[in-house]
Amino acid sequence: MRARTIILTAAAALSTAALACFAASAIAAPDTIDPVADAKAFRKYFTDKFPKVKLNDFVNGPYSMNADMRKQWEDMEQFPPYEFALEAGKEMFSKPFKNGKTYADCFSNGGIGIRQNYPYFDEKEGNVITLELAINRCREVNGEAPLSYMKDEMASLTAYMAYTSRGKPMDIKIPNDPRALAAYEDGKRYFYTRRGQLNFSCASCHVQSAGEHIRAETLAPALGIMNALPIYRSEWGGMGTTSRRLVSCNSQTRAVPLEPQSDEYRDVEYFLSYVANGLPISGPGSRP
Amino acid sequence: MSTIRNMALAAVLLVLGGGPALAASEADYKAALAAAESAEKDAATLRNRWTTTESALAAAKKAAATGDFEAATASAKQAEALAKASIFQASSEKERWKDMEIR
Repeated sequence: MRARTIILTAAAALSTAALACFAASAIAAPDTIDPVADAKAFRKYFTDKFPKVKLNDFVNGPYSMNADMRKQWEDMEQFPPYEFALEAGKEMFSKPFKNGKTYADCFSNGGIGIRQNYPYFDEKEGNVITLELAINRCREVNGEAPLSYMKDEMASLTAYMAYTSRGKPMDIKIPNDPRALAAYEDGKRYFYTRRGQLNFSCASCHVQSAGEHIRAETLAPALGIMNALPIYRSEWGGMGTTSRRLVSCNSQTRAVPLEPQSDEYRDVEYFLSYVANGLPISGPGSRP
Repeated sequence: MSTIRNMALAAVLLVLGGGPALAASEADYKAALAAAESAEKDAATLRNRWTTTESALAAAKKAAATGDFEAATASAKQAEALAKASIFQASSEKERWKDMEIR
């Protein structure tokens, strides 16, 4: 009996010591936030995994890694399914609000060719500002009702604005502000965190399984995934925004989606856009 | 002595558990629903609700509305188990997400 007590006490002491060592090492070596190193590692992962895919081609998602799909897509691009949205977006963009102002009054360079700079971190506000959020703020400041973040007009407007930036390299800045770094890190954490009953993270599909199939779909690589948005998806039968993309991804893992433009969604967009810096804007895109 | 007492208790529990199940009452349902909703509230605080939990909660309420407290209680208990699993997931992922990170 006494021997058993001694053994149990020793085991407990060893466990405590092991936990203490673990805790000490965790404290001694805190994770540092290094977006530059992250972006470099992110790019290397995908270029190593898909050595035949040209770097700038990753923005074309599944078409960059499946020859048959690419051929179909190239044919489809003669009369792209997002064309109607593009025209509608152009018209909406130039149509004055009731007060006579337009979207052009809300954005630098009149809103033309600026997609590659979104999202950005607003140091006054301490938040990530996405293009979708900026569009609705523009509307509200001019006395107009905000648009749904998911599709329709918002998708058309962002499609037009993306189109005016096509080919421009993604150019996301992380200012020297701890809040910006925290937002970036929160976005990264969201990207890698498993959720939903299926226990999937964004990375489960778009890092670990990029290029693989889920049913008939080829999973797009995470590198450059934001550059093609908004997109026309055959699965949706229409256009969808970045918000819609994130909401539908969450639903597919059986997680209750967050509200569009929640902090988490804006932060993950910030993270994914930053690690795609230098890759061209290809939106609006089309996907199966 | 204590081992014998524990064995006897286990036997009693086994007999009770193995006997015919009593039909769940409205009170059973209400207790199960309260437990499920409490767990789901905690999952919501962690920003990690599951669609399946919500479906089970909805099924529980729908069954209760028709007076089928047996099915309602079963669905509520299922919802509680799912909510607790989502809480576990959110808690464990607080650190485990780093295992997936590209470095």
